[in-house]
Amino acid sequence: MSKTVITSSNNTLSSKFDKRFGRAEWFCVYNEITEEITFHKNEYLDAKNGAGTKAAEKMVELNVKKVISGDFGPKAKDLLDKFNIQMVIIQDDNTTVEEIIERLK
Amino acid sequence: MPRRRRLRKVVAPPRFRGYKPYGINNEPKEFIELLYEEYEAIKLADYDLMNHQKASELMGVSRPTFARIYESARRKIAMALVETKEIKTVYGNAWMDKNWFVCNDCHAKFTIPKTIDEHACPMCSSGKIESLNT
Repeated sequence: MSKTVITSSNNTLSSKFDKRFGRAEWFCVYNEITEEITFHKNEYLDAKNGAGTKAAEKMVELNVKKVISGDFGPKAKDLLDKFNIQMVIIQDDNTTVEEIIERLK
Repeated sequence: MPRRRRLRKVVAPPRFRGYKPYGINNEPKEFIELLYEEYEAIKLADYDLMNHQKASELMGVSRPTFARIYESARRKIAMALVETKEIKTVYGNAWMDKNWFVCNDCHAKFTIPKTIDEHACPMCSSGKIESLNT
């Protein structure tokens, strides 16, 4: 089991990387072993509150081991930390999901 | 209403749950609760031999507040020794500093959960990583 989530602004590989976590548009799930890529819509994008918590719960549900985003809120950090999910913060604007996946290979 | 208590940053929680005196006539009935931040204060001031100013900055509180935490910690430990009480560590008003690292090659910041053994950058697998907790 080696799944990585990359926050994405749309549901294609050429989509731009979304620097938000709880309010990211899409979550791109990349399986490092099978190299399978799936996109999941963030249902909590417009939630008034608790978007970070909900998104973190979704990560647990998806059985993800690593999350790549631009920043994590305090509640999301606590939750991801509790479930031993690795958080990675990258600050590159204008990078695409595909480029990030290339870097992981 | 009293002012809200700011959370004190603790780099690492104590590696024990408590201390118990031995060689006494009867089991200690009472215990004192040593807060994580009090343990941290003792560690910074008396183990790392840091001055109060530097230690307070590290814990994210003012110097007088640090001095109060430190004094409370010393008094609790003294009380436990003299009155042969057990010491138990409790969470208190601390927030744990997560273990954040930075990669010197691609500048990604990341955490390393307990379940991961290798200490390498998750983005570029570089070994040139540095802890952000000073």
